[in-house]
Amino acid sequence: MTIQAQLLLAVLAPLVGAIIAGLLGKKLGKVTTHRVTILGVLVSFVIAVKWFFVFLWGDATAVDLTVYEWASFGDVTIQIGFMLDSLTAIMMLVVTFVSLMVHIYSIGYMHDDLGYQRFFSYISLFTFSMLMLVMSNNFLQLFFGWEAVGVVSYLLIGFWYQKDSAIFANMKAFLVNRVGDFGFILGIGGIFLLFGTFDYAPIFTTMGVAQELVSLGGQPQENALALMDLNKTFAVWGDIEWAAMSFICICLFIGAMGKSAQVPLHIWLPDSMEGPTPISALIHAATMVTAGVFMVARMSPLFEFSETALAMITVIGAITALFMGLVAIVQNDIKRIIAYSTLSQLGYMVVALGVSAYSAAIFHLFTHAFFKALLFLGAGSVIIALHHEQDIRKMGGLYKKLPITYWCTLIGTLALIGTPFFSGFYSKDTIISASAEASGGFSGFAYFAVLTGVVVTAIYSVRLLLIVFHGKTRTEEKQFQQIQESPRVITWPLIALAIPSLFAGFVFGKPLLFGSFFRDSISVLEEHNVLQAVEAHYTSAIDFALHGFTSPVFLMLILGIVIAVIVYGWAPRFITMWAIFLKPVKKLLEKKYFFDDLNEKVVARSGRWLGQVFWRYGDKAIIDEGIIDGGTNTVKSIASKIRKIQTGYLYHYALMMVIGLVALLMWLLFKG
Amino acid sequence: MLEQLPVLSLLIWLPLLTGVLVLLGPGDKLLAWTQRVAVAISLVVLALSVWILIGFSTSTAEFQFIERGEWIPSLNIAYELGVDGIALPLIVLTCLINVLVLCGSTASIKFRKTQFVAATLLMTGCMNGVFLAQDSILFYVFWEAMLIPMFLMIGIWGGPNRIYATLKFFLYTFFGSIFMLVALIYMGREAGDFSIQALQQMPLSETEQKWIFWAFLIAFAVKIPMFPVHTWLPDAHVEAPTGGSVILAAIMLKMGGYGFLRFSLPVTPDASETYAMILIVLSLIAIVYIGFVAIAQKDMKKLIAYSSVAHMGFVTLGTFVIAQLASADAQSMALQGAMVQMISHGLVSGALFFSIGVLYDRLHTRQISDFGGVVNSMPVFATLLMLFIFANAGLPGTSGFVGEFFVIVSSFQADWRIALFAALTLILGAAYSLWFYKRVIFGKAANEKIERLEDVNTREKSVLIVLAVLIIALGVYPQFLIDIMQPSIEQLLELSSVSKLGG
Repeated sequence: MTIQAQLLLAVLAPLVGAIIAGLLGKKLGKVTTHRVTILGVLVSFVIAVKWFFVFLWGDATAVDLTVYEWASFGDVTIQIGFMLDSLTAIMMLVVTFVSLMVHIYSIGYMHDDLGYQRFFSYISLFTFSMLMLVMSNNFLQLFFGWEAVGVVSYLLIGFWYQKDSAIFANMKAFLVNRVGDFGFILGIGGIFLLFGTFDYAPIFTTMGVAQELVSLGGQPQENALALMDLNKTFAVWGDIEWAAMSFICICLFIGAMGKSAQVPLHIWLPDSMEGPTPISALIHAATMVTAGVFMVARMSPLFEFSETALAMITVIGAITALFMGLVAIVQNDIKRIIAYSTLSQLGYMVVALGVSAYSAAIFHLFTHAFFKALLFLGAGSVIIALHHEQDIRKMGGLYKKLPITYWCTLIGTLALIGTPFFSGFYSKDTIISASAEASGGFSGFAYFAVLTGVVVTAIYSVRLLLIVFHGKTRTEEKQFQQIQESPRVITWPLIALAIPSLFAGFVFGKPLLFGSFFRDSISVLEEHNVLQAVEAHYTSAIDFALHGFTSPVFLMLILGIVIAVIVYGWAPRFITMWAIFLKPVKKLLEKKYFFDDLNEKVVARSGRWLGQVFWRYGDKAIIDEGIIDGGTNTVKSIASKIRKIQTGYLYHYALMMVIGLVALLMWLLFKG
Repeated sequence: MLEQLPVLSLLIWLPLLTGVLVLLGPGDKLLAWTQRVAVAISLVVLALSVWILIGFSTSTAEFQFIERGEWIPSLNIAYELGVDGIALPLIVLTCLINVLVLCGSTASIKFRKTQFVAATLLMTGCMNGVFLAQDSILFYVFWEAMLIPMFLMIGIWGGPNRIYATLKFFLYTFFGSIFMLVALIYMGREAGDFSIQALQQMPLSETEQKWIFWAFLIAFAVKIPMFPVHTWLPDAHVEAPTGGSVILAAIMLKMGGYGFLRFSLPVTPDASETYAMILIVLSLIAIVYIGFVAIAQKDMKKLIAYSSVAHMGFVTLGTFVIAQLASADAQSMALQGAMVQMISHGLVSGALFFSIGVLYDRLHTRQISDFGGVVNSMPVFATLLMLFIFANAGLPGTSGFVGEFFVIVSSFQADWRIALFAALTLILGAAYSLWFYKRVIFGKAANEKIERLEDVNTREKSVLIVLAVLIIALGVYPQFLIDIMQPSIEQLLELSSVSKLGG
């Protein structure tokens, strides 16, 4: 098969599955539906695995191909096409693998749901959309995938459409994402202004030349941009002008902030937990929310030339990483704890982007996809076993009852908190080291945030583990006795995700972080190359892990675990003490820094209020009653006279108007 | 054989004559047969329009399928028809909507059904006439004649407040077009020729252009409608029967956009450039201000009507932003955006008004608060409506995205601040569309009536599916449309970039 055929097959197989499941699902029945959709995703997965290893072991070069011209006029051509390079390949692997696991898991999880076929149709459609996003070779298709995953996310958050909280959450998610997209589309407009194209390849070529001017020619960044005629500015107000490159990068990043849920556009992600748990794993942990991180990494040739944008990325990521992690500590809903953890981990990835450690960001995206999907699916297994109980205060002592779920969750947790040798360690430790080495704006704060974040991550993760699986049960005795481990269709995907959660870092760390894997797809200016410094410690995966035991990061980790074990394990009354001493802090965290209140009571309310005001006063009072009234009064008086000769049939009026019109026309034409 | 047929005339006179015959015919006694004949003729008309589409050459900007006959030779007023890339998509849209209205919405008309059929046919003939006319007076006659059937449609089959709405509708649009007539006659007498081409080529002084520009503007701005002369539209929609709303939103509003492209830009290029900024600002107000107003609506039809005004803001923005653009490609993009937006809005707003009709036929209310949880009893309808709602919010992959994308990106090339306001539609459009959908469709069934609702029947489903397929097709492959329009758009850009003052 040609490369084009393979890529088309990878994209279209899930789409066909989604269409069959959506249109014929009821006729085909549950089993055929899930078989068809799983087959579709399996096809994509096989192709993704092949290309991942081709790029990992071989020396394949990037492929850029056009499928069809979406729009073309004048010298503008907007295409639908694929760019296949290492970055695409790794994203394809992550998306299709997690999607496949979630498809299989959902056979068990959604078993009794009335919308079974609809669910499989949606998740296959999601896989298609996400693949379109990561495989795109231009901004238009990127935006298509970007919005399409948003729509499927909307459909899945509101999957149980009778629940008020679900249909509130899905609208909120879509609208908040649209705020990000507002920035994104302006960024795309700027791209077209600066480069005259939407295609990646010519943009990267131009930026590649600019980069060579910097690295080989020793030019400062501004000069390089000026030489490439990329130093345009945008007038803001009066004499204030913004540099085009920074403007564009910030706009694009605003898009990323929506999709990857960065403060203050993070508010939709915790609410998205209203959706079924498998999609929380797939969409709201492993894949869709990482689209923003992917996009910035994809655009690294641009972002490298904007110190302002990088500084903004760093600070936003750092705030998200630290402060969202803190919120996770006080949550009691098992899924929301993991959701806040996801926010925090996304913050880590964004910090990595901000300090130009793009490959570290993508590597953390890679490992995080496995262990966070694992944690979500593990939580789902617990939820199912407890008949849809999500409050951790009603759990406890479950490790005996759910051994497979417990061990898998334990592996996921150890990976998440960054235990040496686990996958999360390799990616997270690299991010922390990279931010220590970085010198850009806010990198000091970022280092502080990601380092402190380690303690926080350990606290909320161990807390979850202890309260859910250890200690005495808080479930009713009779009910507790009936708890059973989930069926194999649920536990096997857990095991399949636990394996990469354990080994992915150890195996892939070196080639992905410091090898040549990303050489064609990510570009870093010499002066930003922090990973080079980190590489010095990374002689081998084993050494790096052993070195990890002596680093301050490890002390932070131990500190976090000790705090959690003391507070939540050995001495639960510490919780009450903690609550007394830190009451205002706890209140602040429980209120999630009042972001939700700000959104609902200020932003949303003032939007509706403005609509009312414009309508009642603008349209009705001023235009209709004010301006038009004068006119209508005259009309009324004329109408009352006409009424005397009325016949009661409207078309008589109409006829008279036409006659009048023709008469007027004749008069005007023939008068002179 | 087909080559010898005066196809363009048939597009106009076939529906018109059928309409007259239906009106004079046996009335509601032979309703079923009358309807069948009307649908059959309409299908023939649609087939003719598609045949023109197939035979249309996309390599030239010249008018094609030209027909010329004498009308008032002493004044050089001719019966002249022709079609170019700007008119063609609108004609196919008109013929399609005509079939869909006859198939889809006569069932909800309860009395004088044959007359409703006649009104629809008459309107279609006139609207085709507007798009095909090559002579300005012929154009004007169809432009005004088209009002009568619409006026009747709202007046006879409309809601309780129909008299107010018809009066407002008629006065607004009639008032607008009087100025256009004066301008046309002035120019025709100056040029000694009333053909549109002659008007486009005649030199006009700055003062003349200013007056003529404003005369045109009043006519077209009311029609499209632009802020602040838009308030007739929500009233007309609320009172109109479903079929009337569909035609009004899908086709009639496009007359304004078509007028800007056919007259304002090429006939008064210098004035268009002078006043472009005013129109850009008014367009942005339409997009942002009306977007907020739409959020506040409680009546489904008003909401979609206001959303139409906001969407038409993109048509006027795309049309007039070209004055601020330097590169020909960006200008093409802007005008392509305006045109695609018109076609797309025809499909999407048509589909939305059909959908509201489906709900209205069942519950006889248009208040959003009377609904809730419709998905429980009408899953197929809910799925289709979701597609239309997302198309209305400009989702990529649907036709609604293409025009907005082109206009936002091209206006960024003029000034990023224009794009900033235009791009707010991403948020506002999604807000009013999705909030509407949430309140009507999602949730538990609000009451027993909703629990017992029947899902769309075959007739309703077919109409909605046809529109859904076209909305997706246009979103996935807009190039089909772009190819047809590009030569004419390039020629239009040439005409509008050459000053009429110097010579």
